[in-house]
Amino acid sequence: MEDIEHFEKEIRLVDENGRRIDGRSLDALRPIKIEAGVLKRADGSAYVEWGDNRVLAAVYGPREAHPRHLQDPTRALVQCRYNMAPFSVSDRKRPGPDRRSVEISKVTSEAFANVVFREQFPRTSVDIFIEVLQADAGTRCAGITAASVALADAGIPMRDLIASCASGKIAGQIALDLNKEEDNFGDADCPMAVVPRTGEIVLLQMDGHLTEDEFDRAMKLSMGATSKIYEMQKDALRRRYAVTALDEDDASEVSP
Amino acid sequence: MDGGKVLAAFLGIRTEHEGFVDIIPLGGRYFPQPDDEVVGQVVDLGPSHWLIDLNAPYPAPLHATESPWRVEFGETSKFMIIGDACLVKVLSVDETKRVQVTMRDRGGRRLSGGHIVEIGHSKVPRLIGKGGSMITMIKDFTRCQAFVGQNGRVWIDGEMNDMVHAIQAIRMIDEHAQAIGLTESVKGYLEGAYGKRGA
Amino acid sequence: MSSEVISELMREHIVKLVASGRRADGRAPEETRKLTIEKNYIKTAEGSARVRLGNTDVLVGVKIGIGEPYPDTPTSGVLTTSAELVPLASPTFESGPPSPTAIEIARVVDRGIRETKTVDMSKLVITPGEKVWVLFIDIHALDYDGNLFDAASYGTLAALSCATMRGAKLGVPDRPLPVDHWPISITAAKIRNTIVFDPALDEERIADARLTVATDENGDVRAMQKGLTGSFSYDEVRYVISTARRLGNEIRGIVRA
Repeated sequence: MEDIEHFEKEIRLVDENGRRIDGRSLDALRPIKIEAGVLKRADGSAYVEWGDNRVLAAVYGPREAHPRHLQDPTRALVQCRYNMAPFSVSDRKRPGPDRRSVEISKVTSEAFANVVFREQFPRTSVDIFIEVLQADAGTRCAGITAASVALADAGIPMRDLIASCASGKIAGQIALDLNKEEDNFGDADCPMAVVPRTGEIVLLQMDGHLTEDEFDRAMKLSMGATSKIYEMQKDALRRRYAVTALDEDDASEVSP
Repeated sequence: MDGGKVLAAFLGIRTEHEGFVDIIPLGGRYFPQPDDEVVGQVVDLGPSHWLIDLNAPYPAPLHATESPWRVEFGETSKFMIIGDACLVKVLSVDETKRVQVTMRDRGGRRLSGGHIVEIGHSKVPRLIGKGGSMITMIKDFTRCQAFVGQNGRVWIDGEMNDMVHAIQAIRMIDEHAQAIGLTESVKGYLEGAYGKRGA
Repeated sequence: MSSEVISELMREHIVKLVASGRRADGRAPEETRKLTIEKNYIKTAEGSARVRLGNTDVLVGVKIGIGEPYPDTPTSGVLTTSAELVPLASPTFESGPPSPTAIEIARVVDRGIRETKTVDMSKLVITPGEKVWVLFIDIHALDYDGNLFDAASYGTLAALSCATMRGAKLGVPDRPLPVDHWPISITAAKIRNTIVFDPALDEERIADARLTVATDENGDVRAMQKGLTGSFSYDEVRYVISTARRLGNEIRGIVRA
């Protein structure tokens, strides 16, 4: 994040016991909660709390793509809009897209375009909206994690969910899931998103300084984390659609 | 399909329940299939057709020749205007997902009076019930006419008080489609409103 | 219906229904929907509240900082209110600059705070002409099912009521933002000849006229806004005011809690 914190010059991001400022070990994820189907109007939705991040995602579609000239006659468009609420950061952010939001919107649209079965819906658009309500670094990863669940909640056919996480380098050491202070004062941050079943990487960005070996170690940490996150995403969907039981006598006509 | 198993894990629920396995399709918008009878709404019109919204990713053109009327070129608005609701049948869906509908099938008509309630289209089988039992029960108690569109739109017509009860029963089914004893709950609600009677 | 076009059939049904004293969701004409408010919802805001009014869901954040006053009001804090009707909240909301609806909501909420002296801007001066407290009220719609005016207004008042002025930069302790009044807004919609309160989306879409009235803890009228192209008779306006007063008293407790 861009805002400046007033810390002492010698901020110790990692202490002698390998503990970070929030008490985590280098390879620990912040606590994550995921809930599916939280909004009424949207076709699908999800809410994620990830450390101090709070992100809401909604999906509308497939719906006719407008304006007409943007329609693709062979498949659906996948359009993701990432937006931060003005009060989501310490220094109020003016409403409306800034360059950072536009860039994140673009790379997340591209990630989802990879997994949605777009050919099933020519001339339409699948519209994904990510609203960051409270930010503490890693919002794009939380947003992608939420948006995947929202897509499934909307019944959009996909080859898999997308799970996303970031790793980086703080105080010279590779660490998983950087929070705001670590991102501001650390040496590198590398958000990524994968298709869990195949390990394909559909989003990858990095800023800072990493050796090849450090990069490998960071990716290993992220990959491990994304499989945990994938389980949480599926679990959120299972809970949303938990079936108490079926009326025996009506059960048979429900199957298609 | 390779993704099928994974998709089933989060797009549908498999439950094993006393010997049978049921797959309840979850969310996802209604997608028109040929022969579906649906409640549509006119969202646009041209000199020889109306464009019908089906509560699906695509609207469908209804050509004047597929209507029960004799429509002169440019006179489509004499028969249906934007906003009008109608009963139509899906004629065809081609490879590019263009949908055609017709009103020339039995029952096809412009709707007037009554009200339209929308439910999740996956709840339609539940609302209809085995052999039509659920919707018939609602119609018998409330003396309303009802048409359940495959697209999740339900048209009902009757006396205002009766419509209020029918709508409430339909909403109960939409909310609790997966609950145990839903039939009993709906019956209980209707008996509470009308008194017990042989349905 | 999911299509955004209103059908005559459905309009007539709701008109007849409300004329018979009932509403589509089973409420009585003067009944408002269930209201829940969660204060201090967002840590990064100095004050915040998430409001659910029926299925309408709005999040309001208050950010309080220190800055320069406007040159023409050197002894007044600065207040700016904006509303974002983000596309996530409804298929009818588009991304882009604020629509006239978003601007109207922001301005009505702003006047409801400023002109009522709910927050007395003259109490927010640090050094006259140089340093004042600067308040940003940001209304973020999350789920739209009618009556954003009231949901936004309750959210704003609730967020202000739990807001903290952080004194670190001035070397003074934090203190709560002083809230002096509790105006509660109540919106009514006129459908043909029937007036209903706290309109849900289906009612709002076919309403001929809309009237929002805010009353304070003494029963006085503090703000009004009429919208849409229909009209109200004078008696109807008096009726809305007295009902708004009564309903406002019931709701005030929830917002103050």
